[in-house]
Amino acid sequence: MTASIPITPEIVAEHGLSPEEYARIQKLLKRDPNLVELGIFSAMWSEHCSYKSSRPHLKTLPTEGPRVIQGPGENAGVVDIGDGLAVVFKIESHNHPSFIEPHQGAATGVGGIMRDVFTMGARPIALLDSLRFGDPDHEKTRYLLNGVVKGIADYGNCVGVPTVGGDIYFDACYNGNILVNVFCLGLAKADRIFLGNASGIGNALLYVGSKTGRDGIHGASMASAEFDDATEEKRPTVQVGDPFTEKLLLEACLEIMKEDWVVGVQDMGAAGLSSSSFEMAERAGMGLELDLDAVPQREAGMNAYELMLSESQERMLFVVEKGHEDEALAIFKKWDLDVAVIGRVTDDGIYRARENGEEVVTLPIEAVVTGALKCDRPVQKPAYLAEVGTLDLSSKEIPARGGEVLKQLLASPTIASKQFVYEQYDHMVRLNTLVLPGSDAAVLRVPETDKALSLAVDCNPRYGYLDPYIGAQIAVAEACRNVVCSGADPVGVTNCLNFGNPENPEIMWQFQEAVRGLGDLCRFFDIPVVSGNVSLYNETKGEAIYPTPTIAVVGLMEDRSLHCTQGFKQAGHRIGLLGSTLEDLGGSEYQKLFWNELRGQPPVLDPKTERAVQRLCLDLIRQRLIQSAHDCSEGGLAVALAESCFTGPKPLGADLVLNSGMRADALLFGESQSRIVISFSEDALPSIESLAQKAGVPFAALGTAGGSKFQIRIDGNEFINEDILALEDIWENSLSRYGNRVAG
Amino acid sequence: MLAKIHVTLKNGVLDSQGKAVHQALNDLGYAEVEDVRLGKYMEVALSGISEQEAQTRVTEMCEKLLANTVIESYRFSLEPAE
Amino acid sequence: MKCGIVVFPGSNCDHDCYHILKHVLQLDTQWIWHKDETLDTFDFIVLPGGFSYGDYLRPGAIARFSPIMKSVIDFANRGGRVLGICNGFQILVESGLLPGVLMDNEGQRFICKNLTLRVDNNNTPFTSQCAPGAVLKIPINHGQGRYFADEETLKQLEGNGQIIFRYCDEEGKTPETANPNGSIDHIAGVANANKNVMGMMPHPERCADPLWPEVDGQTIFNSLIQSSLAHS
Repeated sequence: MTASIPITPEIVAEHGLSPEEYARIQKLLKRDPNLVELGIFSAMWSEHCSYKSSRPHLKTLPTEGPRVIQGPGENAGVVDIGDGLAVVFKIESHNHPSFIEPHQGAATGVGGIMRDVFTMGARPIALLDSLRFGDPDHEKTRYLLNGVVKGIADYGNCVGVPTVGGDIYFDACYNGNILVNVFCLGLAKADRIFLGNASGIGNALLYVGSKTGRDGIHGASMASAEFDDATEEKRPTVQVGDPFTEKLLLEACLEIMKEDWVVGVQDMGAAGLSSSSFEMAERAGMGLELDLDAVPQREAGMNAYELMLSESQERMLFVVEKGHEDEALAIFKKWDLDVAVIGRVTDDGIYRARENGEEVVTLPIEAVVTGALKCDRPVQKPAYLAEVGTLDLSSKEIPARGGEVLKQLLASPTIASKQFVYEQYDHMVRLNTLVLPGSDAAVLRVPETDKALSLAVDCNPRYGYLDPYIGAQIAVAEACRNVVCSGADPVGVTNCLNFGNPENPEIMWQFQEAVRGLGDLCRFFDIPVVSGNVSLYNETKGEAIYPTPTIAVVGLMEDRSLHCTQGFKQAGHRIGLLGSTLEDLGGSEYQKLFWNELRGQPPVLDPKTERAVQRLCLDLIRQRLIQSAHDCSEGGLAVALAESCFTGPKPLGADLVLNSGMRADALLFGESQSRIVISFSEDALPSIESLAQKAGVPFAALGTAGGSKFQIRIDGNEFINEDILALEDIWENSLSRYGNRVAG
Repeated sequence: MLAKIHVTLKNGVLDSQGKAVHQALNDLGYAEVEDVRLGKYMEVALSGISEQEAQTRVTEMCEKLLANTVIESYRFSLEPAE
Repeated sequence: MKCGIVVFPGSNCDHDCYHILKHVLQLDTQWIWHKDETLDTFDFIVLPGGFSYGDYLRPGAIARFSPIMKSVIDFANRGGRVLGICNGFQILVESGLLPGVLMDNEGQRFICKNLTLRVDNNNTPFTSQCAPGAVLKIPINHGQGRYFADEETLKQLEGNGQIIFRYCDEEGKTPETANPNGSIDHIAGVANANKNVMGMMPHPERCADPLWPEVDGQTIFNSLIQSSLAHS
């Protein structure tokens, strides 16, 4: 029935396909497609599935290395960590759905990325969330924050995968487009990795998981279109998550993956049954025959179009060897999951789907998967850069005292403690979390070994706005620095590139520059990019978000007892700084809060200096010379020092002396890169000084931890002298007061 | 036949969700809101039994599973299926 | 010594309990599948945390009717020791093995954090290794842990020494600030009248591996082991 509707230009346009794309479909098929086929092309050629704008740029990223078992192109990347084990990880966006319905949007984002990881045969052991919200004073921000956090909590907590870290920024550029980027990491046997591959003629195609409903139809196309006022009416396309079914699916999949007759598996994510089945067949160079009537259905009367394009959650497609169908069905039924054999692998490269015995889809698989028109989108350096590129500091007054500035920075929801958020997440289940949320990076033990993994995610969008090339480099550098501060070597990167509308050449330029920055720094650091995701069209009524290339870094330490945290451990420990401070106020939180502007150049990043600082820090940790290490980031040196005071076993004050000819605000609140605050016992000082000198890294002893005051003197003058517990209260409770709507 | 079942917290049991909704409604300017109680609404479709039997069976379902009678009370109506 | 861990669909702390009992405490530890109808002989049984049946309807409400629960209830009624942790506690309450109910946290948010509990009765198989009034550091992890019972039940619980744990501050005091979820009377764990069944919202298995500096959770499992040895 749906197959017999004639295709008009209006129907083509409604499917988000251009006349050129439609002409290409006609040429590839040598006939007109029917409506079901058009729907499949529309979903598969959407930006979300085809990466048509981004692919030419992504190809330039370094994706190989001695540890890489699987790079980009599969459900997730895989990196060898020795002892026969591998980590499987990826970060993915769920931005558009989360803006429309924050709770379900975020929840299904968590569900989707976990499936990407366990389809590869890995048990998920950690989640991170990188969230971006609008101005805290914007009317929707609190609602969106609470909804997203609850969605993540409801889903992750129920499935029993700990959410161990993440980052949150607030900026008005996200008022109309929040970002929800979810990272998942799983652990697998290195020789038992499963791929999305439909090989072997006659092998069975198995549908498993929830029944198919009418939800999310055209989700993939929605994620590839800008928002307008009508978007908030698009609620029916938002999928609803069922974490309970996901948990059953997870356990059932890991059980069936012990069998040798499992050939391939893929999650039914964006574009549902279409993308999973087409991609699996394409990778194997095979064809498929499907009987759509066999697909488990939630509602009566669903047609082929709906079955092919539904984005109902918690569904997977397995290919199992012919003859083992009954064993497979028995395992899934043990876990009370809906399961059915819905098709077979053929050898002719053609996709055939029948509905009521009639063939309603007959498509050449390769043409659908790889045939999207390549978009060589034009790029143009944005005009705004010339206008915002300079920052004249001479006109800016330097505050006489820093206490009030520090308090306001600590209260900024971007800088304030995220305890309010992570306490809503189960961050302990599975007993691996060695370093709980609230330090630079989360540290997880690797069960049955002495190893540990360190995870961090980062991206400062304001730097990216001022210079997307530098912004992306800093995101990589900082995420690596976080992992290094915990005592681990970075071994792999995954990225989620969030940008505006790629049809705008200025946005495409931002994208190109960010990818170039990401690639250059990863090459320099020799860390492979093993998976990633692109989210474009983050734009409302022509207002694009700032470039946000979110970077997650996975680090490895061979001896987990050598992990390090950011808090000062005891009174009397000395405090020092690795790295040097420049006048980097462009893009800083200080500039935004006190001057209400965003201009100038982002902080300088010299890759060689960055590498030297990181290597020195790792050396110091491994020689057990330091007791804490904390990266300097938003809010600068003063905030980093204060955070280290708050986050030890007990809050400690500090007495610090700085000497510098620099502006006091730049010295304390500027965001120079490649700096790490450390603490150590007095007797380690000579060794630290000599190692720093050998490494060519500037090192300065700044003072001592202890007491009830946080005091900083600059060139002999007292600049900050505040009660440490009062500062801690501001930092620890500001976000919770905001989320709970408590005044104060 | 359709059993339309309402499960609500017994009077005197703190309804923390109701309290939060109450607060939110007041915040939105609905000063006249004095109290909010939240409950659950369920529809259970039945077939092949008389209305009298249904009365007994649905009461049993509520007692056994659908309500926690330590803190919740329930009421239901039986209507012909639409 | 043999113990069993019941796996319901949606249990997610089952592996953690297994790890502590089997690998840290070296007990013969068996899985018990929710669809089984008969129970082996066990010295004690643990109902682990998680979200059995997705916590749909009410936490524990559906799990309580799992095929295995009839045998668990028989086991308990014969004096067998049953420990319910978090969702396990919710299941025990729904099944009527323990009095009271567990409702939405007062703040309407899920809470995962370390906190302190006071042992208010150390004369039970679950707490015999604790000093009277001992303060234990054990994390909580729940959205529905606000314990409630009517006044009469509370009086009975208090009179029979069935209130085993209360949320408290580091000194063992119980100011309002030391009540994470609004539980009545700060109650964090209760036992039945015979003290062979206990449920608690905090997770002792999360602080029982010497990998971490805090291992207060071990005292609860060690108490169970000691009392089982004395019993057999």
